[in-house]
Amino acid sequence: MSGDLTARSGGLTLPRIGDRALWSFVGRRIGHAVLVLFCVATVSFFLVRISGDPVRQMLPPDATAAQETALRAQLGLDQPLLGQYVSYMTGLLHLDLGQSLFFHRPAFDVIAERLPATVTLAAGALVVVLVVAIPAGVVSALRRGTATDTTVMAAVLVGQSAPAFFVGILLILVFAVNLQMLPASGMGGIENLVLPAVTLGLYSIAMVARLLRSSLVDVLGEDYIRTARAKGLTGWRIVTAHGLRNASLPVVTVVGLEIGNLLGGAILTEQVFAWPGVGRLTVEAVTYRDYPLMQATVMFLATVFVVVNLLVDLSYAALDPRVRLS
Amino acid sequence: MTTATAGRTGAPARPASNTMWHAVRRALRRNHAAKVAIGVLFLVVIVGVFAPLIAPHDPNAQNLTLKLRPPFWSAGHQPGYPLGTDNLGRDVLSRIVYGTRISLLVGVSATLLSGVVGTAVGLVSGYYRGWRDQVFMRLADIQLAFPTILLALAIIAVLGPSLWFVILVLGLTGWVNYARVVRAEVLSLRSREFVVAARAIGDNDRQIMTRHLLPNITAPLVTIGTLQVAAMIIAEASLGYLGLGVPPSIPTWGGMLADGQLYLRSAWWIAVFSGAAIMLTTLSINVTGDMLRDVADPKAYTK
Repeated sequence: MSGDLTARSGGLTLPRIGDRALWSFVGRRIGHAVLVLFCVATVSFFLVRISGDPVRQMLPPDATAAQETALRAQLGLDQPLLGQYVSYMTGLLHLDLGQSLFFHRPAFDVIAERLPATVTLAAGALVVVLVVAIPAGVVSALRRGTATDTTVMAAVLVGQSAPAFFVGILLILVFAVNLQMLPASGMGGIENLVLPAVTLGLYSIAMVARLLRSSLVDVLGEDYIRTARAKGLTGWRIVTAHGLRNASLPVVTVVGLEIGNLLGGAILTEQVFAWPGVGRLTVEAVTYRDYPLMQATVMFLATVFVVVNLLVDLSYAALDPRVRLS
Repeated sequence: MTTATAGRTGAPARPASNTMWHAVRRALRRNHAAKVAIGVLFLVVIVGVFAPLIAPHDPNAQNLTLKLRPPFWSAGHQPGYPLGTDNLGRDVLSRIVYGTRISLLVGVSATLLSGVVGTAVGLVSGYYRGWRDQVFMRLADIQLAFPTILLALAIIAVLGPSLWFVILVLGLTGWVNYARVVRAEVLSLRSREFVVAARAIGDNDRQIMTRHLLPNITAPLVTIGTLQVAAMIIAEASLGYLGLGVPPSIPTWGGMLADGQLYLRSAWWIAVFSGAAIMLTTLSINVTGDMLRDVADPKAYTK
């Protein structure tokens, strides 16, 4: 209904500000995201309570009854369950994620402190993904069926099957222990970022390269590519001007979703490289039985995932009018 | 190729599994990587099943006089310990052999559990549509918003380490893939002639779902199931690596890898061999799964 009204620019149909269908789509998606977050908050609230009394688990075995009562009062666990739930949810609305037991500070502050490390790692990994996956995908699509293609696709399969922690350990063994080129762990200069970024990016490289290849192979079989060839365009120009532009839509979606995974999926990579980010904080919260902090990190990572998904959906709707009409 | 499509589009009189089996055999003649992968998987299963007969030592037997011995080709190795020993003098080979059992047990059980749950959800969602579909698909979105590993970590941290909890948690969180694919397939099948005919002769909803729809979606189910086993094995190893999977008394590949990382400078073989076991297994499963997907979806095959 509005597709015919949209302005054409640069081969992509961009939505107009007054586009009713677009805004109703945006509204529905945001409502949906809020609902999912509400449910995640509810699940994570009850998750900590499925063991019965979390206070028993949080305290050392030789804790006194007085300590137990004090901690129960501090956490508000002496209140009725419904009251606890309401105050937890109200707190979330004010970005109050509770008090960390181990750090004796608001969980929100602890997470905020670790966030830059996680973002740095995710950004590094994204650079690695784009630099490696795009050429790999394009080359194997163009050289389809050749030894190059087979090699790239075999590497992709290995990348998809390799668990992050094993790849990380192998990289440490080769580059830190044997060659002594790069540091094995910790955060610091750019040399500290290389191994974790490669480790974290590996799965995404495989995903993106594979998708770009199949998407480009589809596009290169289209009539307009034959037309471009008939017009006398050279092979490289056909790929850049016609092939990649049309093959990029599904790839943009996946790259967007991978950013969510890079931010939220770094638990193992951060653990392998002792990288002081939110992923490692999560493992620490579990190890120290810091339940409020655990709840907060679950909530935080789920929010990142939902928000990134929402942004990908919305940008996709902006790029492809068919999406917002469905 | 025609037989492969017949499995998905044909009437239920011809079981999909039969035609798929023929297509698999045909695909194997050309796909040498898949042949090797299936051979490796066969070996892995044999090792897992007959672990007590294959392992040269008790996987938990410690011998501190023999700690951190290198594998058989290095100087200073201990005869009878071909892949060396770990920091407590335990035999690395025996621990890997016993670890195979846990990986396979968790991988297969969790996959079956999530397959049953996901297929049931997908059948009901796609067949009835309406409010059931709405509820299940929203649940799927919520499930996807939790990073699986994080959810498993949190639940196991609360409930305590246990092999059965690991299987239960991974099994109950892995249903979304199945549900989505089954739902999409059922949506396209539900108005087909054989379903209408089944309803006309008086079959009830349950009979239609189990006898007519289910046999027609076995091909995609087998494909997802295969790939899922690899994902589950990696998830179990991840939990083991973080020290929050099965109890530490049970040898697992992930747990060995975590121990091995501590001794990476002096004894690389602990981490490398256990990691190689994980990779060899998951890679073989993925190669097999890719082959099955190509068979089930001939369009992807020609690319």
